[in-house]
Amino acid sequence: MNDMTPTREQREANLEGMGCKRKRVEDVRFTQGKGQYVDDIKLPGMVYGDFVRSPYAHAKVTKIDATEALKLPGVIAVLTAEDLKGVNLAWMPTLAGDVQMVLADGKVLYQNQEVAFVVAEDRYIADDAIQLVEVEYEELPVLVDPFQSMAPDAPVLRPDLEGKTEGAHGPRKHHNHIFNWAVGDKDETAKAFSDADVTIKEMISYHRTHPSPLETCQCVASMDKVKGELTVYGTFQAPHVIRTVASLLSTIPEHKIHVIAPDIGGGFGNKVGAYPGYICAIVASIVTGVPVKWVEDRMENLSTTSFARDYHMTTEIAAKNDGTVTGLKVHVLADHGGFDACADPSKWPAGFFNIVTGSYDFPAAHLEVDGVYTNKAPGGVAYRCSFRVTEAAYCIERAMDILAQKLEMDPADLRMKNFVKPEQFPYQSALGWEYDSGDYHTAMQKAMDTIGYRELRAEQKAKQEAFKRGETREIMGIGVSFFTEIVGAGPSKNCDILGVAMFDSAEIRVHPTGSVISRMGTKSQGQGHETTWAQIIATEIGIPAADIMVEEGNTDTAPYGLGTYGSRSTPVAGAAIALAARKIRNKAQMIAAHMLEVSEYDLEWDVDGFQVKGNPEARKSMKEIAWAAYHAPPPNMEPGLEAVSYYDPPNMTYPFGAYFCVMDIDVDTGVANTRRFYALDDCGTRINPMIIEGQVHGGLTEAFAIAMGQEIAYDEMGNVMGASFMDFFIPTAVETPHWETDYTVTPSPHHPIGAKGVGESPNVGGVPAFSNAVNDAFQFLGNTHIQMPHDAWRIWKAAKDLGAHG
Amino acid sequence: MSDIEQIPVTMTVNGKKVQRFVEPRTLLIHFLREELNLTGPHIGCETSHCGACTVEMNGMSVKSCTLFAAQANGAEMTTIEGMANADGTLSALQEGFREMHGLQCGYCTPGMITRAHTLLKENPNPTEDEIRMGIAGNLCRCTGYQNIVKAIQYAAAKLNGTDIQEAAE
Repeated sequence: MNDMTPTREQREANLEGMGCKRKRVEDVRFTQGKGQYVDDIKLPGMVYGDFVRSPYAHAKVTKIDATEALKLPGVIAVLTAEDLKGVNLAWMPTLAGDVQMVLADGKVLYQNQEVAFVVAEDRYIADDAIQLVEVEYEELPVLVDPFQSMAPDAPVLRPDLEGKTEGAHGPRKHHNHIFNWAVGDKDETAKAFSDADVTIKEMISYHRTHPSPLETCQCVASMDKVKGELTVYGTFQAPHVIRTVASLLSTIPEHKIHVIAPDIGGGFGNKVGAYPGYICAIVASIVTGVPVKWVEDRMENLSTTSFARDYHMTTEIAAKNDGTVTGLKVHVLADHGGFDACADPSKWPAGFFNIVTGSYDFPAAHLEVDGVYTNKAPGGVAYRCSFRVTEAAYCIERAMDILAQKLEMDPADLRMKNFVKPEQFPYQSALGWEYDSGDYHTAMQKAMDTIGYRELRAEQKAKQEAFKRGETREIMGIGVSFFTEIVGAGPSKNCDILGVAMFDSAEIRVHPTGSVISRMGTKSQGQGHETTWAQIIATEIGIPAADIMVEEGNTDTAPYGLGTYGSRSTPVAGAAIALAARKIRNKAQMIAAHMLEVSEYDLEWDVDGFQVKGNPEARKSMKEIAWAAYHAPPPNMEPGLEAVSYYDPPNMTYPFGAYFCVMDIDVDTGVANTRRFYALDDCGTRINPMIIEGQVHGGLTEAFAIAMGQEIAYDEMGNVMGASFMDFFIPTAVETPHWETDYTVTPSPHHPIGAKGVGESPNVGGVPAFSNAVNDAFQFLGNTHIQMPHDAWRIWKAAKDLGAHG
Repeated sequence: MSDIEQIPVTMTVNGKKVQRFVEPRTLLIHFLREELNLTGPHIGCETSHCGACTVEMNGMSVKSCTLFAAQANGAEMTTIEGMANADGTLSALQEGFREMHGLQCGYCTPGMITRAHTLLKENPNPTEDEIRMGIAGNLCRCTGYQNIVKAIQYAAAKLNGTDIQEAAE
């Protein structure tokens, strides 16, 4: 070796592999306005589609007259349910086993429901034409309150289901009932409650909200009638699934459908499902023979393309006097809106809500979920969380605080007492999951020490005394949250979407010169896959990340995958990438052995190539090996250097974390100021700490929004209250708190690189931290539970109701 | 094509003079994106809340989704496409956003950088609070703003010739 030979450390650094804060590849185009999002796509002859929507939440549609609209120059077509019936698409199947109207078929079930689809030469004409379509409605009684859904005289929302006593998930007990889902041991749990020293019971609501990515849902559909091929560009978090669904619905063979998800302006679960806009744009392109673009506006996005949460969770805990929990009983009333379009793996009507035992060792638990119809938008997407996991985390974390209050124990101490212990992993939960790994006590202790938890409690006590003496009008809350997530859906034994197992995939091709193109079945919407996937490959095969191009979203070129949501990319595709890379490394080892004229067992891997054991100067770099793979492979070996891997995970992964929120509240104005927010995350092996921190910041900001005011509310007529950014709370830089992040590392034992996924943890753990802070602040005034969202008005009202205003 | 009469509009966009006929109701954002193919500015809300459509008009930040193209007649306009240095390298702000991880999905980024560009002209040495207030008209759903603030501090330091790392801490 001479002086010019890079050191091992230099070679390692040159790779920019796992664990380094690699700058993002995507940013070069995004910072210059050169990203390509759906609305940037312009095809020759392209026209525009837009919807006529219902002003009523529940009404019969007695007449649709498009005569005047069609007279307007530039209007090409107006599609109604009658037209869609010709192609058997007036209704579409949902991911949850229900059916959903694409366009109003005789009635509407929620405000802004799609009634007719206008196709015109430009957006402005389409908008004009919408005003000219005459629709006659006959109003019906509106059902808004889910607790009234199953009243004997509740209006019939779904006459199409009349007489249907069996739904996709078992018996229906009322005309507005969708499903009942029960898990756990009812008798054991009942016994735990009858033997308990202490019990608590609270109805904990998690209000309806919306993921509202900054880019709304949109697509461009283009049917080539000559070739019989359909191309759809769209905001799809799961492009391959969209292709399969499009093929099943349209009967166009799957290989003649090209689904392309270009750059996506945020998803957060909103872009998982199939919406009427996609179907109508596709049908309109088939009918007109020209490309059709559909772009929803913000009001349409917030009021129609899905929603999140709307879970009403009656929660009971049984415990001993010393704080040991002995039983958990939860009943959820789930408001699914007009159609059950919940985006969960098909066999899971309430997602993975049975993670509701959280981080605690409950010996017995029982859970029941009843889904009901109301006159609200359909959906139930996982807004930056794995399926219904954030609802579950909120439920248990709020309930643990309520139990601590009843026991007069510190909420952090109560959690510590009941944590699943490190030696219990893999841990079998009472509701059926096997937690892969965890070290909850270490994480909690680190978090408590870092924020100075005991000192904060002392300060809070002093402030409460000062408040009682009338010296201050400010009170202080400390929100404790310790969450366990379940992500990485999922093992084929229990996870599928419409029958397709929830594996994911990666394909890696090493070119002769040693550069790489790699494609995955996932689809980034801001997570930075182009950057991080290359880091995994770089570490595994010793080729610098800078020489690796990652491509996702084109179903023609990428291997089939189930897409990006539920923090599944790293646990599932991340594993596929590592395993595909290892196949390449194995072949490279054989080639290197041939080149060095030794047995492959005499070689060892060293950063970016193979060397002969005990003789590091006899080595071949991956670059040299790549050339040899195409130039002079060993006899009887296929030339080339590429691999594909499809990964069916053996288990989910279980990231966890300890979050603390310190809040000061002015009881006279209801204004809450987040003084500190500390988030410790354990997501197993960390691929890119910079990106992890960014994900945590973003998820916490969404959690802050949800807990402190973001809501899709309805009035008693079923009118959506505030479906615009005027009213729907999206925090600006001014309100958003400062975030402190921290970590521990407990790798997943079953994942090839030990990674667990992180993108959704901050939303899952953040919401209870904020809500617990508000509730904790008012506890000394006699509060047990204040429902979210905690906007200033509701906090002021809570203060008033608790007598804080004198 | 509708029968609405078209009117002439002339403006200078990123240093280049452009002239088109548009309907009086044509929004500036559609003019930029569809007539001029400048697809950097985005549409996020159509109600001037999100700022994804922010461009600089006559030295001021404006939201191009709620201005008519006709209102920009005769204006000097800068969009994200006009931000890079003359030699094609990233500007201090563009570099700052990348260095400080000030973006994720990239959808708000053009508007955010364009706003920050004008902000730094108005106030070359902003405090953190001034930055947060200065970008309050631009929403981001991904980053939680903390790294956007750092990105703008990075750019301010670079443009002022002060220590970038210190500014970013």
